[in-house]
Amino acid sequence: MATISFSQKDGHNAFIPTLSEADTGPGALSGIPLAGQDNISTRGLPTTCGSRILEGYVPPYDAHVVTLLKKAGAAIVGKTNMDEFGMGTTTENSAFGPTKNPADPSRVPGGSSGGSAAAVASGMVRMALGTDTGGSIRCPAAFCGIVGHKPTYGRVSRYGLIAYANSLEQIGPMARSVSDISLLMEVLSGYDPRDSTSINCPYSHIPDPEIRGLKIGVPEEYFGEGVDAKVASVVWDGITLLERKGAEVITCRIPSMVYALAAYYVTCTSEASSNLARFDGVRYGPPADPKLPWHDAFQQQRRHGFGIEVKRRIMLGTFALSSGYYGKYYAKAQAARQQVRNDFLRLFRTFDVIAGPTMPTVAFRLGEKTDPLSMYLSDILTVPANLAGIPAISVPCGTSDGLPVGLQIMGPHFKDERVIDVAYAFEQGVSR
Amino acid sequence: MVSERDVLHIAELADIGIDKEELAEFTGRFNEILDYFDILDQVSADETRESDRANVFREDVVEPPLPEEEVLANSREKEDGFFRAPRVM
Repeated sequence: MATISFSQKDGHNAFIPTLSEADTGPGALSGIPLAGQDNISTRGLPTTCGSRILEGYVPPYDAHVVTLLKKAGAAIVGKTNMDEFGMGTTTENSAFGPTKNPADPSRVPGGSSGGSAAAVASGMVRMALGTDTGGSIRCPAAFCGIVGHKPTYGRVSRYGLIAYANSLEQIGPMARSVSDISLLMEVLSGYDPRDSTSINCPYSHIPDPEIRGLKIGVPEEYFGEGVDAKVASVVWDGITLLERKGAEVITCRIPSMVYALAAYYVTCTSEASSNLARFDGVRYGPPADPKLPWHDAFQQQRRHGFGIEVKRRIMLGTFALSSGYYGKYYAKAQAARQQVRNDFLRLFRTFDVIAGPTMPTVAFRLGEKTDPLSMYLSDILTVPANLAGIPAISVPCGTSDGLPVGLQIMGPHFKDERVIDVAYAFEQGVSR
Repeated sequence: MVSERDVLHIAELADIGIDKEELAEFTGRFNEILDYFDILDQVSADETRESDRANVFREDVVEPPLPEEEVLANSREKEDGFFRAPRVM
């Protein structure tokens, strides 16, 4: 096995650890430096989810996607920074300090996969893995000016991904070009018996920019209240470019959007409260005090180990699932989730894809957003795809006040190829 | 509205230790977020029906496990091949 040396300067705090040398082999990704994310297990390489509670944890096995990357010859040169356990929209919630946006270092890179986006956007690596629970690949891709794809739920194995909200999250590719996204999807997709939600749907596709006759639905809600007018205008220009290339653009509506954000946050916090119960200092991470009674020991452990946003989400989820409140929160959130899914299924009977902005604004200033609810609200345009389980890509579509803006393309379940084609058509159209 | 006492109770249930200085802030933010979640009250109950789902679980297949020393490698409290946990009684 050959090795490549990696000596890039990390000026944006994009990585938690980097390797000065990484193994590479023959295959589709041979010799390509690629960044893993710190919530994806790598045998022999620390994996912390950006949290103090996993400080020093070294997984004894590889995530399925890591096995696939190694088989394809990729050189994994490090693990990228992220909001603790994926909980955030800025990468400021990392125990290892915030990542800076290469497009403007006074701004956040977006999150939660902000380290991966910054590593790709700054040119340190050609591609990276991200994870998208409610927009965590697409948001930082949009804020940093790169491409990021959230695959259809089930298309990429989650085995070895340290779980935050299982029913929503997917691992996906981040890169500077749509062709690289497609190349990485080819390596990552396919059936894995170790993930009970894995579906046998491999990806083997070369992007095709021909979109004549394609029907694009543009939901009014994606240009409504809370969406910055300048961002909206840049994205409309992008959609008009697709129209000039022969697509048919028609406005539409997603009535369930009013419930989407609440449904998302009730669901993800509920799942988090269960998933993160395993971090008690017994099997991994800094040890719990064995002399204390167990509740005291675990509380002490988790008081010091978890950051404030992680505590908040565990507690919100515990509350939403608690006796007397389950019907008011969790059950209603699942009904709303079904409505979101039904709205998309209805739209895809008429449209081939749905398009709109990825994020309602450009990247925030570091430290600008301190109140959690307004932070949550900035996920409004990305969470619907996670609730419905559909594929969604963010592709750079110009700038507003000098900062990158992303165009989001969503497609029907298992039509990742189609959203990648539309993104490719757009990218080719812009570069000509 | 949840009170500071409610928030402390939830923190106990979740085994999250929160500091007294954090309590007022946590409670305030909690109420803002729960107020926002109230929009879900408008989701009609007859739509809570779960749609048809297929069982996708496969039969369990026994495979060789990880070696014991690798399983225990990340724990600093262990004894005779077991994890040592805080006392329950």
